[in-house]
Amino acid sequence: MIRLDGVGQVFDGREGQVTALEEIDLHVQQNEFVTLIGRSGCGKSTLLRLIAGLISPTSGTVRVAGDPVTGPRRDVSFMFQRPALLPWRSVLSNVMLPIEIDGGEGDRGKAAYRDRAHQLLELTGLTGFERRLPHELSGGMQQRVSLCRSLIRDPQVMLMDEPFSALDALTRTELSEELQRIKMELDTTIVFVTHSIEEAVLLADRVVVLTPRPGRLREVVDIDIPRPRTLGQNAHLTEVARISGLLHGLLAEKVAPVEEPAPRQVDEVRPR
Amino acid sequence: MTKRSWLKDSPAAAVLLPIIGLAGAIALWWLATIVFGIESYLLPSPRDVVISFMDQPSYLLTETGTSILETVEGFLLAIVVGVPIALLIVRSVLLERLVYPLLLMVNAIPKVAIAPLLVVWMGFGQWPKVVMVLLVCFFPIVISTAQGMKSTPIELVELLRSLNASRTQEFFKLRLRYAMPQMFTGLKVAISLAVIGSVIAEFVGTTHGLGYVIYQSGASADTPLAFAAITLLSILSIVLFYILVLLEHLLLPWAQESR
Ligand SMILES: Nc1ncnc2c1ncn2[C@@H]1O[C@H](COP(=O)(O)OP(=O)(O)O)[C@@H](O)[C@H]1O
Ligand SMILES: [Mg+2]
Repeated sequence: MIRLDGVGQVFDGREGQVTALEEIDLHVQQNEFVTLIGRSGCGKSTLLRLIAGLISPTSGTVRVAGDPVTGPRRDVSFMFQRPALLPWRSVLSNVMLPIEIDGGEGDRGKAAYRDRAHQLLELTGLTGFERRLPHELSGGMQQRVSLCRSLIRDPQVMLMDEPFSALDALTRTELSEELQRIKMELDTTIVFVTHSIEEAVLLADRVVVLTPRPGRLREVVDIDIPRPRTLGQNAHLTEVARISGLLHGLLAEKVAPVEEPAPRQVDEVRPR
Repeated sequence: MTKRSWLKDSPAAAVLLPIIGLAGAIALWWLATIVFGIESYLLPSPRDVVISFMDQPSYLLTETGTSILETVEGFLLAIVVGVPIALLIVRSVLLERLVYPLLLMVNAIPKVAIAPLLVVWMGFGQWPKVVMVLLVCFFPIVISTAQGMKSTPIELVELLRSLNASRTQEFFKLRLRYAMPQMFTGLKVAISLAVIGSVIAEFVGTTHGLGYVIYQSGASADTPLAFAAITLLSILSIVLFYILVLLEHLLLPWAQESR
């Protein structure tokens, strides 16, 4: 479904060039759930943005469904760390935003998408909140709205950039388990960035470990624990412990000192 | 309800307290004119001011109307001119560098100094007044609009890009909407300046408007009339301001509550 061959990304930063990614070869199967894990600044977001077509690689090729990626695709959705809801829109109209941007065209009519939106809101426990404004919701609920929005076009591929990392631990677990449940009902390929080992093990069919500076593919770990998985007591504790330990080792191994990525300035993004 | 929360939250307190404050100030003023026996041409009592207004209410209201028209026209023109300038500034660094110092310079000119020039250039009609209003109030509009446009959170911009939104969609569905609260802040500053601008412009080359009334009554030492005109100006300024506040409440309910 997603295929990266020799992908590299070099940025012209303020202090010269930054090699964010180098020689990434990755093949994600249809319907697979892959988590990307690595320290901050190792190029996880960059990798997702490449797949999303938000930026184009300085070397190598990115393909989705066999086609080279040239820009954002309708069947690929992107979910951010923050809910990224438009504050003046109600919950329902935030979920409908992608359809509105398409101009209501596409395979179904707008009414059908509206039904779908209600269905998704029900699935994520947001029934009754359709008319609320984002600021009236808790962080977890806002992120659920964001999840509904990224599902409204029935995407083939969902790219999720640390979507739950800004939430408190309980909400986070809840949402992870919910995502797993939703995923089991849909034929979607998911690439999910996280820096939580627990989350990676809970969600992934495969965990991809990146190393920083420059970002390289360090290891790919298969996880064969049957679903649905839970974080609490379960029959596979030893397996979970083994994989967690392995990932810990891969992440903690001494590599070049890691700097936090420089926060990006708002005014770097000007209207096109 | 504690005393403090009553003061903060009760709508009755919100309306009553300013009225009490105002009434107190007027009472003090009145008292001062009586106790110190101040001559009316120096400091008229509130009663003198009211009498002065009642002498020629239709004249004063007509002149108020003239001032309102100039103020509102100039203000609207400033929006029409200022918002596109702000958009250009936000769109390109080159233009920002090119235009910004120019704007600063125009803004730094003491407006009183060019009032007579505007009359020379544009005659005695309402244009020099409208242009003066435009000059005094377009700067806060430009700055606040530009700031608002730039403050669009990066993740929202990326969201729209990931949805393959066109530039037009990005502008109308996101940037413009997001800039609105800050634009309103600028508009509220601008509307008060606009009233001042119209008064300054009416000091020269005209026989209409509250500015002219004040100027004239100063020359003939008719201080109560000047006070009446000034009072009308203040009321005008406050009313225009609250019209904007009301508009903001109606148009941007999301912005007030998330503040
Ligand atoms: N637009 C950009 N311009 C310059 N450097 C960037 C840009 N985006 C990311 N980088 C740099 O690329 C590296 C990887 O960033 P990122 O992909 O955001 O890391 P992660 O998501 O793993 O924390 C960092 O060093 C960051 O500073
Ligand atoms: Mg990141």
